Amino acid sequence: MTDQHSKTKTNGAGGPAMREVRDSVVVRFAGDSGDGMQLAGTQFTMENALAGSDLATFPDYPAEIRAPAGTTYGVSSFQIHFGAVDVKTAGDELDVLVALNPAALKVNLRDLRIGGTVVADSGSFTARNLAKAEYEGSPLEDDTLAPYQVIQLDIGQLTRNAVEHLGLSSRDALRSRNMWALGLLLWMFDRDKQATVDWLRAKFKGVESAADAAVATLSAGHAFGETVEMPTKIPGYTVSRAELKPGLYRTVSGSDALAWGLVSGLKSSGISRMVFASYPITPASPLLHLLARMKELGVVTFQAEDEIAAACAAIGASYAGSLGVTSSSGPGIALKTEAIGLAVATELPLVIVNSQRGGPSTGLPTKTEQGDLFQAVYGRNSDAPVAVIAPATPADCFHVAREAVRLATRYMTPVFILTDAYLASAAEPWLIPDLTTLDDYPVEMRRDPDGFQPYTRDGSTLARPWAVPGTPGLEHRIGGIERDSATGNISYDPDNHHEMTRLRAQKIAGIAADIPEQSVELGPEEGPLAVVGWGSTYGSLFKAVERSRAKGMDVSHIHLRHLSPFPRNLGDLLGRFERVLVPELNAGQLLAMLRSTYLIPAEGLNRVAGRPFRISDIEATIVRLLETERTA
Amino acid sequence: MSHSVLPQLKPKDFASDQEVRWCPGCGDYAILKAIQKTLSELEVPRENSVFISGIGCSSRFPYYMATYGFHTIHGRAPAVATGTKLANPDLDVWVITGDGDGLSIGGNHLVHALRRNIDLNIILFNNEIYGLTKGQVSPTSKRGTLSPTTPRGSVANPISPATMALGVGARFVARSVDINQAHLVEVLKQAHANAGTSFVEIFQNCIVFNDATFADFTDKAVAKENQLLVEDGKPLLFGAERDRGLRLDPATWTLEVVRPGENGVRSEDVLVHDETNRTVATMLAGLEPPEFPMALGVLYRDPAATFDQQVLAQVEPESEGRGLADLLYGGRTWKVGD
Ligand SMILES: Cc1ncc(C[n+]2csc(CCOP(=O)(O)OP(=O)(O)O)c2C)c(N)n1
Ligand code: SF4
Ligand SMILES: [Mg+2]
Repeated sequence: MTDQHSKTKTNGAGGPAMREVRDSVVVRFAGDSGDGMQLAGTQFTMENALAGSDLATFPDYPAEIRAPAGTTYGVSSFQIHFGAVDVKTAGDELDVLVALNPAALKVNLRDLRIGGTVVADSGSFTARNLAKAEYEGSPLEDDTLAPYQVIQLDIGQLTRNAVEHLGLSSRDALRSRNMWALGLLLWMFDRDKQATVDWLRAKFKGVESAADAAVATLSAGHAFGETVEMPTKIPGYTVSRAELKPGLYRTVSGSDALAWGLVSGLKSSGISRMVFASYPITPASPLLHLLARMKELGVVTFQAEDEIAAACAAIGASYAGSLGVTSSSGPGIALKTEAIGLAVATELPLVIVNSQRGGPSTGLPTKTEQGDLFQAVYGRNSDAPVAVIAPATPADCFHVAREAVRLATRYMTPVFILTDAYLASAAEPWLIPDLTTLDDYPVEMRRDPDGFQPYTRDGSTLARPWAVPGTPGLEHRIGGIERDSATGNISYDPDNHHEMTRLRAQKIAGIAADIPEQSVELGPEEGPLAVVGWGSTYGSLFKAVERSRAKGMDVSHIHLRHLSPFPRNLGDLLGRFERVLVPELNAGQLLAMLRSTYLIPAEGLNRVAGRPFRISDIEATIVRLLETERTA
Repeated sequence: MSHSVLPQLKPKDFASDQEVRWCPGCGDYAILKAIQKTLSELEVPRENSVFISGIGCSSRFPYYMATYGFHTIHGRAPAVATGTKLANPDLDVWVITGDGDGLSIGGNHLVHALRRNIDLNIILFNNEIYGLTKGQVSPTSKRGTLSPTTPRGSVANPISPATMALGVGARFVARSVDINQAHLVEVLKQAHANAGTSFVEIFQNCIVFNDATFADFTDKAVAKENQLLVEDGKPLLFGAERDRGLRLDPATWTLEVVRPGENGVRSEDVLVHDETNRTVATMLAGLEPPEFPMALGVLYRDPAATFDQQVLAQVEPESEGRGLADLLYGGRTWKVGD
């Protein structure tokens, strides 16, 4: 459907043999915040994963917990793109939109492709709900939906019918509408429902009546597609298995992968304890919640009184020989700024996770953005360099977290991980790594008092020794006041300060020798155009370049994991392209960094709408750049 | 028979090689001496003590100790110390803070350390002024204080640190005076012995910017008369002749000063100090000269489970249980290929 060449095998009613074949499909479940759309989407994802599809998901929900029912700003949605092909994004356009109320239709219809399918719960299109969604008349009755295929069903009534025999109240019965819709969609795409049944049984363990109701509704939705008569006939599709590398898979969200990556990094470092200090904030909280359940893996979580305290506690923990990690989103990172400067000055390991969201200020708490790159790289008083890295996909969060732990402990420095709202909740299939094959990077604490000075540096990394309280003979004082480059004693000496500033910068710059050279994701290593990105835009950029290349355009995709310092060959690599396009979900931050670092006339493609890029927008820009002459 | 055991380390063994840079005559010198003496008498190993401070004259303290020390950022020492304690609960962690550091910019952290009851000794040097930034009013400055930011006198009410600590649920609250060397050492030892957050307010004279602000109870001439040295189980008597005491006025539920033997007051009418009585401790913390004596010593002590021990108890038990692999393979998985 969305992705290129879809072909119709048959176009008839009913059974699996008559199903249309699709390479990939984009489905969005949309309804009120209280309608259980995230849950339906998550289960739909699981069934597709188990059926062998490659996939990517995009949950989207309002900032309010219980926004007034039926309003457009209370709409919650879950998008999934699944297919037999290599799926890298949640998809530009929808093939199927499930709308459980008028507001959900109103907000989401613009994303449905012409000719796509709407599944609408007609029972919810009451005068009241239409008014709340600011529809003048019912879109099910006028020509609003003329460009689409419409399946109107009174899902509320069908749900009530399904649980009639269980004697539930009408209100309780209606709670399962999401399960009915899920059942129907599973049938449409020829997916099993067993994993969902198992999951429901486990979730409602002890409350059998609730489990029975949910399972009965799910089954009713599933059976409906099979048995329904004309004219409501439901189309059926086949999406075959993707060619994934052999191995054992699971789905993983960016938050999961980040949590596991931090724990894996902790193990590889040989440090016995991680102190993860944070303060609740959307969309960073899930990481705190996940790690709070990993206590037996050496993780101590601390919900501090504010973000300043969280950063400080993480620093205090690193000072005492644990791995200090702190996490937040933009506004909270702003509060941590002074403490991060302290970690730079005292040269202590610190991992800082920023789950970026729309800003400035409170901005768009649940929406994605890449606006905090400058904040991470430059956002401190004085010259205070740190390392900054960014994951490209949910699964990549695992490896980026491990890399952050490695750099923080090896270089005695704060390391930023720039993830975002999209990566935090988006999910994809993940080939579970064999933990025994991961490289360890054991940390050596200083123990020997002989010749010890707190600021003498390792010849190759320029890191100072990690000397932990409790170690006899190493008693020393550190702090934020400038210190002598060797003894660590307070020093206001002008030349010493100059030298220390230089050393701090050189230490971070030196990391470039310890990270891989920048590679090209797709396309040749030179040519008329490179598309350069970082972070969660990976999928959109890759797909846009892939499609452009398929159309014969000479364009390459380069995606940065390391943003400070840049990979050592990056300047050379970019220099081999005539033009450099830097798409970002901000007003041009990497763009400015590349221009100022390498003095190249890179060009930006910037969009700050709180959502991922559309592949087609990037493609259009590629075409425009390749077809126009360079102007300046 | 009692043995007199010589301390392993003398007070001077706890002094670092760094030159002390406070103004001559600053009360901080006396406190430094008292803490070095305390550690020496406690016979603690140097490597196990950590002094963590914020910013201010007082917060320079760690540089002058031969232990581990961390001079952090303004107001945040309790937060840093919390992380240190969660990383290694076996360390003896001391927080050094000032009235501006601990009650203004860092008030939030102080409140939360106290309510959590994490095992820290928090020592607040109260000089009722911002020393390091050259004499602006602080949250403990008396009304009417003249300073560069309040040239016509300050108009805000001061915080009583001990009252605040009691109000937020501190389990150990004590007070002493920089120059009462013996008393101060004893109070610090008690603070050290207490498991949980021990809060000690020390009245410290800033000779440069707020000289003699505590003179009404620290001046040699009036000290005996105006200091009430509380001791658990002992009557709340004070004065050079210990001829005055505190009695609870049942009509107003307030404390009043009485003279046993006069006006029909019996000695048993004088309140006996009960360290575990938060209500009376709060009343004591609020007393001020000239009407009342200044109450010094351990005003309140009622130990409870510490934050660090409870947090770490949740971490330790299952350590041998699930591994990371169990988590990764534990969810819904599926096989591709073969
Ligand atoms: C973030 C920040 N704000 C302001 C300052 C300036 N500053 C340093 S010490 C201080 C006040 C210290 O007062 P107090 O805690 O009472 O310590 P004292 O010097 O009196 O011992 C201030 C405002 C700073 N260092 N950091
Ligand atoms: S300014 Fe006051 S508090 Fe600071 S060192 Fe001088 S006398 Fe002590
Ligand atoms: Mg002060």
